[in-house]
Amino acid sequence: MGLYIFRRLLAAVPVLFGLTVIVFLIMAMIPGDPATAILGAFATPENVAKLNRELGLDRSLLEQYLIWIGNLLQGDFGRSYTLNRPVIDEVLERFGATLVLAGASMLLCSLFGLLGGIVSAVRQFGWADKAITLAVLIGLSMPSFWLGLLLILAFAVKWKLLPASGMFAIYGGGDLPDLLAHLILPAVTLAVVATGVIARLTRTAMLEVLRQDYIRTARAKGLDERRVIYRHAFKVALVSVIPVLGVQAGFVLGGAVYIETVFQWPGIGGMLVKAISTRDLLLVQGGVLVVAASYVLINLLADVVQHLLDPRLKT
Amino acid sequence: MNKDFGALRRVRGLVAAAVLATAAAFATTVTQAQTPPNVLVVGQIAEPKSLDPQTVTAVNDFRILMNLYDGLVRYKDGALEVEPALAESWTISDDGLTYSFTLREGVAFHDGSPLNAEAVKFTFDRMLDENHPHHDTGPFPLSFFFSAIAAVEAKDARTVVFTLNEPYAPFLSNLAYPTGLIVSPAAVEQHGKDFGRNPSGTGAFRFAEWESNAKVVAVRNDDYWGGASSLEALVFRPITDANTRVAEMLSGGIDLMVEVPPDNVATFSEDAAYTVHEQAGPHVWFLILNAKEGPFADKRMRQAINYAIDKKSLVDNVLQGTAQVAAGPTPPAFSWAYNESLQPYPHDPEKAKALIKEAGFEGSKLTFYVTEGGSGMLDPVPMGTAIQADLAKVGLEVEIETYEWNTFLGKVNPGLEGKADMAEMAWMTNDPDTLPYLALRTDAFPDKGGFNSGYYSNPKVDELLEAARRSTDQAERAKLYQEMQVIVQDDAPWAFIANWKQNAVTSDRVSGFKLQPSFFLLLGGVSKS
Repeated sequence: MGLYIFRRLLAAVPVLFGLTVIVFLIMAMIPGDPATAILGAFATPENVAKLNRELGLDRSLLEQYLIWIGNLLQGDFGRSYTLNRPVIDEVLERFGATLVLAGASMLLCSLFGLLGGIVSAVRQFGWADKAITLAVLIGLSMPSFWLGLLLILAFAVKWKLLPASGMFAIYGGGDLPDLLAHLILPAVTLAVVATGVIARLTRTAMLEVLRQDYIRTARAKGLDERRVIYRHAFKVALVSVIPVLGVQAGFVLGGAVYIETVFQWPGIGGMLVKAISTRDLLLVQGGVLVVAASYVLINLLADVVQHLLDPRLKT
Repeated sequence: MNKDFGALRRVRGLVAAAVLATAAAFATTVTQAQTPPNVLVVGQIAEPKSLDPQTVTAVNDFRILMNLYDGLVRYKDGALEVEPALAESWTISDDGLTYSFTLREGVAFHDGSPLNAEAVKFTFDRMLDENHPHHDTGPFPLSFFFSAIAAVEAKDARTVVFTLNEPYAPFLSNLAYPTGLIVSPAAVEQHGKDFGRNPSGTGAFRFAEWESNAKVVAVRNDDYWGGASSLEALVFRPITDANTRVAEMLSGGIDLMVEVPPDNVATFSEDAAYTVHEQAGPHVWFLILNAKEGPFADKRMRQAINYAIDKKSLVDNVLQGTAQVAAGPTPPAFSWAYNESLQPYPHDPEKAKALIKEAGFEGSKLTFYVTEGGSGMLDPVPMGTAIQADLAKVGLEVEIETYEWNTFLGKVNPGLEGKADMAEMAWMTNDPDTLPYLALRTDAFPDKGGFNSGYYSNPKVDELLEAARRSTDQAERAKLYQEMQVIVQDDAPWAFIANWKQNAVTSDRVSGFKLQPSFFLLLGGVSKS
């Protein structure tokens, strides 16, 4: 298992390296440059040239890339010219916030998705199944940024139960209850679609397993139904659900971009959107690298868990 | 099959527990929407880039800076004319080349160091002199505002003398711009490149804390030379999404919000708990017409466009009253330089059709550059399509090409020749000189480094603008600008569309707030219960 993890991590290195090249090239190819973005209406060719010189952007692309990758290998991500601070500080701070949000919504969607799927399967065609299927369908069909705004309207504006945006209260906040209060709406919004996907998948997987002979055998032996469902059926169904959880984690990280904007959550998605529009190359590179690395790690984790759960994959 | 599974009971138990946990979290937070008294929470449109006044370019950053720093001069309340600030008085030599300022006595920076002539010299030398030991704290993108400065000299502690390399009338007005705010040399020396996150000025509020992506906090400067504010602190919150900003305002999370979306202005103005503030600013939204080639090389066609577009409908329906119809190239906010006799081109499709027929361009096809959004561009896509529809009514076929803002600038700034017939554009400036000087002169063609992307050229206009820049007498400058506006309106190098009215909403706990035509946010005189 250790060797497997090591090999997978090693394989991720060229992926990440290739990614930096692609991102660098895309950023170089899209029209507009940082100096124009900074100067806006005042971007005369003269002013742009002067600013480019001061930003070090008058060098060749290859030179710029080599300088960047050279610094990166020494642990220096560079300095963001739109934020005037080290890229690594901004990226880690923002990524931390995204992890909190994405983690909370992964927790929510795994819990409710799995539970919903199991209930649906066990009560196939019963009222609970129908209600859950309907809810899942509604959840899947709703644009999440719209749902976010509705939740803000209801819980923050109308009932004044929860804060509308941000991660901590502006005054006197900063503790865990404060964070939780700010976390509820964005995490729920972000979890809704993923919950639907997981619930549907769990239901299908469970139904398939519940029809197997060994389940009938287990029941015929007179086993406790709870044991049949959780020990025998669910554990097997989980094997096919786990990789989907990994993929959903990627979806949640990606979906966080909208949600972070709607809820003003200080995460990495919002940072990337802004960095791209202001052509803040170093910030884009740093951000993409961290997001991609975490995506690779999460999927590796999902595969490892699957290996542990599925005896057929044990070597 | 027995359906009453024990397992399901446990599932129900789990769900119930989760619901209870959520409810408990609700309960702990019921009390928290209200902001404390005497602390003004401002909903900003973005995180500031830096609080170093010489390094930033965005109005969003200026809104904070104007409360932390002072300049030598500032704009009078409600006007775009300068009055003394850190400089008590000044004299200008007859040739317009030497400006001598006498500084206010006994003013100190927030870090305790004294405001003196050396500090003023340091501020400008850092920005303009590439050999200055702290020039590396830049770049200083707007330093060209002060490119007329040849030397700054500290005569004595309270006297600072600027020598210009040519007469440059907008100089005083540029000193009132955020790029001219005076910084503490001691703080720049201490923090270097991080000065922008550890600012020190002389303003009504002292920087206290900047928590990235959450807030910038400034506390009252009790020793402020202009009198201490009644507010204890200002909190600036970046809230990029306009809908979220509205929701925060409605839920009481902020006390003041800027840039209210047109759709939401009515919500606030109908509610007694809020006050909507409006102020027309030094902004003009126009279409650059390509006067070098194609239909718009003919003056009649350029005038026809001005008649064909229903500007009133754009302002009332697309912009929902957040702008007013523009008459010419100079915004009325520059009241001292504005020609009151100027009337906007009336909406007259019949006249437009007649002019088009006369010029022989009936049924012409036009390429129109539209941007998706950008600084001061208001609602560029709906405005572009509304204009397209107006032009279709007079028989012109307009093809729209839409670009993201930076791409758009990259296409428009080098000139429209060979690419397009017209393009949207908007400018916000601090002096009536800036826009026409940079975008309407023959010497401002793109290949000469200017923004005259439509290649308009009229020697008389060139002459008037040069003369206005050289004169140091405001009344004389006003006359020259007023004459220029009449000629430009008739020549119609642009389609003049709208002047944006900046808006803001305050809650009923806030009093004494007023928007300024400069679009700066001055909060020293505001109080909050």
